[in-house]
Amino acid sequence: MLGPALRSSFPVAPPAAQFPSDCFPATMRVGRSFSPPAPPASAREAPPLVRCGSRACLWLRPRARLGAGPRGLWGQPHRGWATSLLWTSIPPSVKRGREQSFRAVPPDINKQYVGLVTLPDQVHQKSVKKGLDFTLMVAGESGLGKSTLVHSLFLTDLYKDRKLLSAEEHISQTTEILKHTVDIEEKGVKLKLTIVDTPGFGDAVNNSECWKPITDYVDQQFEQYFRDESGLNRKNIQDNRVHCCLYFISPFGHGLRPVDVGFMKALHEKVNIVPLIAKADCLVPSEIRKLKERIREEIDKFGIHVYQFPECDSDEDEDFKQQDRELKESAPFAVIGSNTVVEAKGQRVRGRLYPWGIVEVENQAHCDFVKLRNMLIRTHMHDLKDVTCDVHYENYRAHCIQQMTSKLTQDSRMESPIPILPLPTPDAETEKLIRMKDEELRRMQEMLQKMKQQMQDQ
Amino acid sequence: MSKGQSGLGKSTLVNTLFKSQVSRKASSWNREEKIPKTVEIKAIGHVIEEGGVKMKLTVIDTPGFGDQINNENCWEPIEKYINEQYEKFLKEEVNIARKKRIPDTRVHCCLYFISPTGHSLRPLDLEFMKHLSKVVNIIPVIAKADTMTLEEKSEFKQRVRKELEVNGIEFYPQKEFDEDLEDKTENDKIRQESMPFAVVGSDKEYQVNGKRVLGRKTPWGIIEVENLNHCEFALLRDFVIRTHLQDLKEVTHNIHYETYRAKRLNDNGGLPPGEGLLGTVLPSVPATPCPTAE
Repeated sequence: MLGPALRSSFPVAPPAAQFPSDCFPATMRVGRSFSPPAPPASAREAPPLVRCGSRACLWLRPRARLGAGPRGLWGQPHRGWATSLLWTSIPPSVKRGREQSFRAVPPDINKQYVGLVTLPDQVHQKSVKKGLDFTLMVAGESGLGKSTLVHSLFLTDLYKDRKLLSAEEHISQTTEILKHTVDIEEKGVKLKLTIVDTPGFGDAVNNSECWKPITDYVDQQFEQYFRDESGLNRKNIQDNRVHCCLYFISPFGHGLRPVDVGFMKALHEKVNIVPLIAKADCLVPSEIRKLKERIREEIDKFGIHVYQFPECDSDEDEDFKQQDRELKESAPFAVIGSNTVVEAKGQRVRGRLYPWGIVEVENQAHCDFVKLRNMLIRTHMHDLKDVTCDVHYENYRAHCIQQMTSKLTQDSRMESPIPILPLPTPDAETEKLIRMKDEELRRMQEMLQKMKQQMQDQ
Repeated sequence: MSKGQSGLGKSTLVNTLFKSQVSRKASSWNREEKIPKTVEIKAIGHVIEEGGVKMKLTVIDTPGFGDQINNENCWEPIEKYINEQYEKFLKEEVNIARKKRIPDTRVHCCLYFISPTGHSLRPLDLEFMKHLSKVVNIIPVIAKADTMTLEEKSEFKQRVRKELEVNGIEFYPQKEFDEDLEDKTENDKIRQESMPFAVVGSDKEYQVNGKRVLGRKTPWGIIEVENLNHCEFALLRDFVIRTHLQDLKEVTHNIHYETYRAKRLNDNGGLPPGEGLLGTVLPSVPATPCPTAE
């Protein structure tokens, strides 16, 4: 295969560790692309190390108690070697400091173990300090409740000054790409969240190729990252790649519309697509079931690769496996968003007030919002990022390099066999910049020479 | 005729309006049926009887409208269909030996279903209504209104009304055809306040407070179709069937059909269309009395 051979000839090392899993030494690497490693030889006699506590932590503790089943610190079932990362709740010990760790570490740990259990803790500390980033794209026709849902998910209003366009203004509109970045902090964990909005998608009378600006944008981000990765200074690479795309399907149809199919087919190899049924409060439960089935069938029929939840490991809790199954069965999620708080049964909940009842957004019997939020933020955020890096970006990169090599072999006069900026068509602007910089360098060199000569004369 | 994108509940609403299964239910589509590539026109005729009064009702459905990626000119098949019906009637009318009661297949009313996005009308809606408000009576209806809360509903209605006004779209009841003051005030009230009607349709019955009502059962409550606090279906039904049915037919006959007829006659150089009439000069065809409900 072309990939590995080329990789060795490029001065390209794996990208700087941005995710905690990358900070593990190679033997302990966790991730979907790597199989769970055999435990280190020194620990082979010791009981297997398992993830401890709620999904809040990556750290390991020995699975000491048998029979009772591994239980996390907060009584929740823990997960095995899964890569998902929960940062919304940090155990208070992190704040108390590195010295105190409240994991169930047996007192004789220093005698039996190398001390690898502390690695996840260190990773955690580093990531918390550095902060995390996540880019989410929302796409769908206007009026499906995208901004409301984003607000409900992250509890921040990104669209305060938005003006809704009237229909005439929509006629001549093409799909735009709008980026909103917001820094969210919760209990010491910082997240830099970027929402990429796509107003104008699917709104015109003629919607042919209305997804082209979106595919161009996604490709641009990949290209940017590719360039940065191959550049000289790689300390602070900004990762603007789109990690997840929430696609809103209208509940008013009978399944997927041609625009939906067109969009998903154009983007399913570039970005993780999570289809959602928007405004689910206009459907009764039987209609939701039918619609979900229909959408699932059509997704299969058209060969669309939506984001697949990773498989549960076999050593998981039954409870957890059940939850995972429920999650997979409820896809696509039927969601309702709300920015208003209403009073229901004496409690203040986020919901929508109708004359015939109150729809509670966080009530699992009403909609799948809680499932979506848990999936997106609490359990699968890291996996989404991993798949973007390992699968979509690598595909793009391989494709790019392949194109480039075929172009190089066609081009008989090559400047250097290993171009540093491996781009098929360099920007006219960057060329100009390079030329300007060259000129400056030359001028400075001339000045230096003059000064040297002056000094020599003196 | 019921128009709008698929899945907006057109068939269910028509069934609810006439309290019987008068239209082809979209949910009984076979799984293998795809969204039709072009706009199709499907007309189904029924005879409904209530209290000794019989009515021949024809429901015309247009699956495939607005569903494609490129929807330019998707209203053309519909315009063509409507004009064909006028043409048929015209031909019958100018026949020498014409029937006493000309079978009237003209479209008297077009219910246009607006998608309840909550933002504004879509460009497709505007284009369609602009083209068709001149040939047929259009009644805009906000479909699946159980998606919106009361405030959202009233805001959306206002915005839709304003947009229709700004674009010069005259929906039924048209201002220019109000005959006297009484009509004008009544219609004004409807135009300013209730239209477009926000409706919810259902053909299932549930028990509410001891009564069986048509409604939709959700985990958070039962939406009653005929409850004015919940939606405006009752207003729409009264409007179309109980008060303005005859008026709809009269406006179609006296105004839309006459416009079409005048245009055709002008195109033909003052001669009515038809084969056996070349060379003869006929007096202008007197307007036939509007066919009343049979």
